[in-house]
Amino acid sequence: MSDLITMDNLSNDEILEILDAAERLLPVAMGDVYAPLLQGKVLGNLFFENSTRTRMSFESAMKRLGGEVVNLSSVGSSVAKGETLYDTMQMVDGYSDIAVIRHPRQGAAQYSANAIDIPVLNAGDGAGNHPTQTMLDLFTIRQAHSTLEGLNVVLVGDLRYGRTTHSLSHALVRFGAKLTLVSPDSLRMPAEIVSDLQSHGAEVVESEDLAGSISEADVIYMTRIQKERFPDEDEYAKVAGIYKMTADDLVGAKGGMIVMHPLPRVDEVDPSVDSTKHARYFQQAFNGVPTRMALLCRSLGVEVPKEVGE
Amino acid sequence: MTEMRRVTAICNGTVVDHIPAGKALQVMQMLRVDIGRSNPISLVMNVPSGKVGRKDVLKIEDRELTQEELDRLALIAPKASVAIIRNYSVAEKRQIELGTELVNIARCSFWNCITQNFREPLPHKLRVVSAEPLDLRCSYCGRSQSIDDLAESIL
Repeated sequence: MSDLITMDNLSNDEILEILDAAERLLPVAMGDVYAPLLQGKVLGNLFFENSTRTRMSFESAMKRLGGEVVNLSSVGSSVAKGETLYDTMQMVDGYSDIAVIRHPRQGAAQYSANAIDIPVLNAGDGAGNHPTQTMLDLFTIRQAHSTLEGLNVVLVGDLRYGRTTHSLSHALVRFGAKLTLVSPDSLRMPAEIVSDLQSHGAEVVESEDLAGSISEADVIYMTRIQKERFPDEDEYAKVAGIYKMTADDLVGAKGGMIVMHPLPRVDEVDPSVDSTKHARYFQQAFNGVPTRMALLCRSLGVEVPKEVGE
Repeated sequence: MTEMRRVTAICNGTVVDHIPAGKALQVMQMLRVDIGRSNPISLVMNVPSGKVGRKDVLKIEDRELTQEELDRLALIAPKASVAIIRNYSVAEKRQIELGTELVNIARCSFWNCITQNFREPLPHKLRVVSAEPLDLRCSYCGRSQSIDDLAESIL
């Protein structure tokens, strides 16, 4: 069964095939073409943790393809009464054809996949993996640069706790990216991940200086410093607001450089950036729809035709 | 010079030899030997060994450990040698095998792993990424496991 739990489940060729399918699905994602490829299929959307973009874009993706969605959130369900994840998943197995799960505990997605027969897509498990986010990030990068090969990517902000940057950096080095990791010392990317990236032959530079990294970048990937991850307020206060990108900072950037952000943002990307040609984060959030469409089709064994809508 | 035998030979049972010095009590824990109610057990610790410097030895009378039980020892005593004794002589020699996955031997030690909920019913699984040096990761959350932490999480 075609689960997606970590990016390790996909080869480079499979990643590119999915991105190609997502590209063909763009007009469907935009509502210009109706292609009921998943008519009669039901998605179980299981969010045990808050989500805006991931949940909505999965729902939009399923509905645009003619499928149906049943939702579960931990509030108001049997989960609040102490039901195990295993038991909850048995219900989902019966009610839907594919499950998407976000859960605060790491390993919950793999556990769910082992518990049931229908395919499971991981939409974030604790500080673990978030592969569908990585896929839409790769889609956005390829859309802008027409390739994933050999790009100069700068990851900025909370590189210690952010599952998005961990997963993305692993995927990028598989395509030969040069990575610059910009963070305050207390939020550096975990040493084992850095050495893992280097063992794949990647050129990795660590820095605290964002301004000096802008001119050479093809992609700048900003992240929010996550207040909720800090053990005490003082530690947070020391690094809060340390990186604030404004439109003026981008004057020396390459013309094709794009600024990405998994959102939500606080103050790390000033609204003045929104109107520059570099801003790509809202497009990135939209790209969740075609990318997740392609992933739903793949896991359900539905081929995306070469000409969608014909 | 002959060294006095520290422990007498057993008639029937299992001898686990070449346990790393000081680990015999952990081995007993891993074998789930109920000390209060078990068969007679002889234990020697920190004795000189030509092969490994110092070692522990465990002799369990009237109980033949199964291969499944022995494989549990791969975590802390992968190089131990095991002999099944019948009527005072070695009837079988057995090897400890690490395998590719340890099922229901230890619980993942990461505090936020899904398996920390004691009511979740699926088996605990640790994947063997590398045998030498030993690198074990939880099959669910993917976290690397420290052997010392695992010894505290034996099931």
